[in-house]
Amino acid sequence: MNPSLAHGEVPVWNPRNYLNSPETGLRSWLLTRDHKRIGVMFLVATTIAFALGGFFALLIRLELLTPGPTIMDAGTYNRMFTLHGVVMIFLFMIPAIPSGFGNFLIPLMIGAKDVAFPRLNLLSFYLYLAGAAVALYGMVQGGADTGWTFYTPYSTTTITKVVPVLLGAFIIGFSSILTGLNFIVTTHTMRAPGLHWTRLPLFVWSIYATSVIQILATPVLGMSLLLVAIEHAFGWGIFDPARGGDPVLFQHFFWFYSHPAVYIMVLPAMAVISEVVCAFSRKNIFGYKAVAYSSLGIAFVGFFTWGHHMFTSGQSAFNGGVFGVLSMFVGIFTAIKVFNWTATLYKGSILFATPFAYFVGFLFFLVFGGMTGIALATVSLDVHWHDTYFIVAHFHFIMVGSTMMAFLAALHYWFPKITGKRLPEGWGLVAAVMIILGFNFTFIPQFLLGNMGMPRRYFAYPEKFWALNVASTAGASVLALGLVVVLVYTLFALRWGPVAGANPWNSRGFEWNTPSPPPPENYEITPVYTHGPHEYDQPDTALPPTASPEPKHAS
Amino acid sequence: MPADTTYLAHHFESLEKQTHAARLGMWLFLATEVLLFTALFAGYGVYRFLYGDAFRAASHGLETWIGAVNTIVLVTSSFTVAMGLERATRGDGRGTRLLFGVSFLLALVFLGFKYVEYAHHFQAGELPGRFYTGEHVQGPGGPIFFALYFLITGLHGIHVVIGMTVLAVIGWRAGRGAFTAEYHVPVELAGLYWHLVDLIWIFVFPLIYLI
Repeated sequence: MNPSLAHGEVPVWNPRNYLNSPETGLRSWLLTRDHKRIGVMFLVATTIAFALGGFFALLIRLELLTPGPTIMDAGTYNRMFTLHGVVMIFLFMIPAIPSGFGNFLIPLMIGAKDVAFPRLNLLSFYLYLAGAAVALYGMVQGGADTGWTFYTPYSTTTITKVVPVLLGAFIIGFSSILTGLNFIVTTHTMRAPGLHWTRLPLFVWSIYATSVIQILATPVLGMSLLLVAIEHAFGWGIFDPARGGDPVLFQHFFWFYSHPAVYIMVLPAMAVISEVVCAFSRKNIFGYKAVAYSSLGIAFVGFFTWGHHMFTSGQSAFNGGVFGVLSMFVGIFTAIKVFNWTATLYKGSILFATPFAYFVGFLFFLVFGGMTGIALATVSLDVHWHDTYFIVAHFHFIMVGSTMMAFLAALHYWFPKITGKRLPEGWGLVAAVMIILGFNFTFIPQFLLGNMGMPRRYFAYPEKFWALNVASTAGASVLALGLVVVLVYTLFALRWGPVAGANPWNSRGFEWNTPSPPPPENYEITPVYTHGPHEYDQPDTALPPTASPEPKHAS
Repeated sequence: MPADTTYLAHHFESLEKQTHAARLGMWLFLATEVLLFTALFAGYGVYRFLYGDAFRAASHGLETWIGAVNTIVLVTSSFTVAMGLERATRGDGRGTRLLFGVSFLLALVFLGFKYVEYAHHFQAGELPGRFYTGEHVQGPGGPIFFALYFLITGLHGIHVVIGMTVLAVIGWRAGRGAFTAEYHVPVELAGLYWHLVDLIWIFVFPLIYLI
């Protein structure tokens, strides 16, 4: 049952795996119903989206290098930050971890042969592609300049191509719903014998909570985006104050989805981190139930906090206070997780490998972003910081910082499982340092700028903000370079990386019980679980982690 | 080949689990449908609060008897769908086809009445937003009422058409003996969908016609 290798054994590459069985060729991939192949396709697609969104981000930072116009005009700038937001949120952060890694890992973790509805799973991928294509068409035709929030009444009157971008996001919403639905049903019905809910890997718990949000919030977003599109195209007046409509109603609808959507992005990050922290400190998770239930707690409370985006939108002070207090509950649940992760490290046998480096970065970004979030949930402070760079820096720390750290941690931790190859550990740490430092240098200046009063989404700024903007652009360049390094060595390792073997990290996560890469049916015999994941206190299989080899020898 | 393996997908260990998964998936899907409409109902609530008099006047301009008849028609169609499912549990596929066919025809009656109503609104200029030329209601409340009216009933109408397609396909397959007394979960799921379409109308009718 336990295929992890003893010291000195040569790692083997599983010859009959999902990459070459039952058949190879483009057609077999495009029509596949194998969750592993669909997961890999999602990973490739979302990585391309990540690169595109990052490209837009660099253009924004270049433009802000000088106080006046630098490389583009104001209209182009408005399009750039809109496209950056839309691509990063709808095309990368929402689907990347659940649809990519979640698809690949959940059936492996719960001992199933596939997700409950394999055809819906494939449909979800094609809906993602269709939505991306429609949104891309809108971008090529001139893009939108409304910001990713599509606030009315501007979004219903702008002359840019906002309708295709809205419809693209609408279609991607269905992809998200189908994936969430699939995961909930899979978790309920496909668990192998002996895998009780309290033995479920924390990754699955957290993705489950994400799926609940995806199912309950996305339809409302779909409807509100559709209403904006109808309004823009036909002028039905639902959000148009000139016709008696209420533009603030759109903000309510939008944030009813988009605030929980923040947890669609962060909960999967927490899912990854809960696995990584156990595997690299060789300890059982501290407070399993607390970590598991706090995911559900975040998902639940997340539905009642949307008003904190609207403290300055004419909401009553009483409403503002209630939403502020409710928002702080999220901080409590998040803190429960943070304390449990750090307690897991205590007296652990830590292997400071690349995934662990990203875990450390994650913890910093989550706590820093979270604490500024608590400050922003205080109405009196938010009135000053609203729509400044302070907000921009805050949500980049909490959403982008956490999600990107977790995405990269997941990539480095599960790359051997997905491809059967290893990533270079030395280059991995170099890139991790560049990315984490670059990220800090990009966004800490933005906290300061926001606190000094620089508003977000402005094309030009007074000269007193110049120095900090240069610092931010410099940080963004280091961040981008770090990501390019990751991309280069990942592509290199796909071809020339050393063979990993079934379980190079000697992890006790259930997904490592299969050969790497996994066979198409995952498990030839359905496993029977007798204990929970990551139980490192059981002596029989307690191998210490092996230091990762350098990529000296090609396979 | 025993019936158990005919319908069993490769990744499920038993038909029982597969049926459980299908049912759970359908209920979750219905939850998303409810939330899709909830956004519109919430919008209705907000504007009714803002433009109470105009909404009342616009609502009185509707033909309540058409709404009432349509409610009865839809509830009856739900009843025949339930009867069809009952036939399916006894392995009587032809009975299912007949009863689903009746539901299909009742849905057509519903759409026919809806057409009469829509035609009347178009003639009276009771249209959404900037297209509104009606004289019955003054102020911005009227156009907004009809924007919501067309959005809600239009989306519901689309669901009726989807539901009719589902009933037709499943009914036709049932008539060809595709299901058995042991395995008829598609019939059940089609029925669930149709009941949801019915249930949403139960909320639409009082909101738009009565209050």
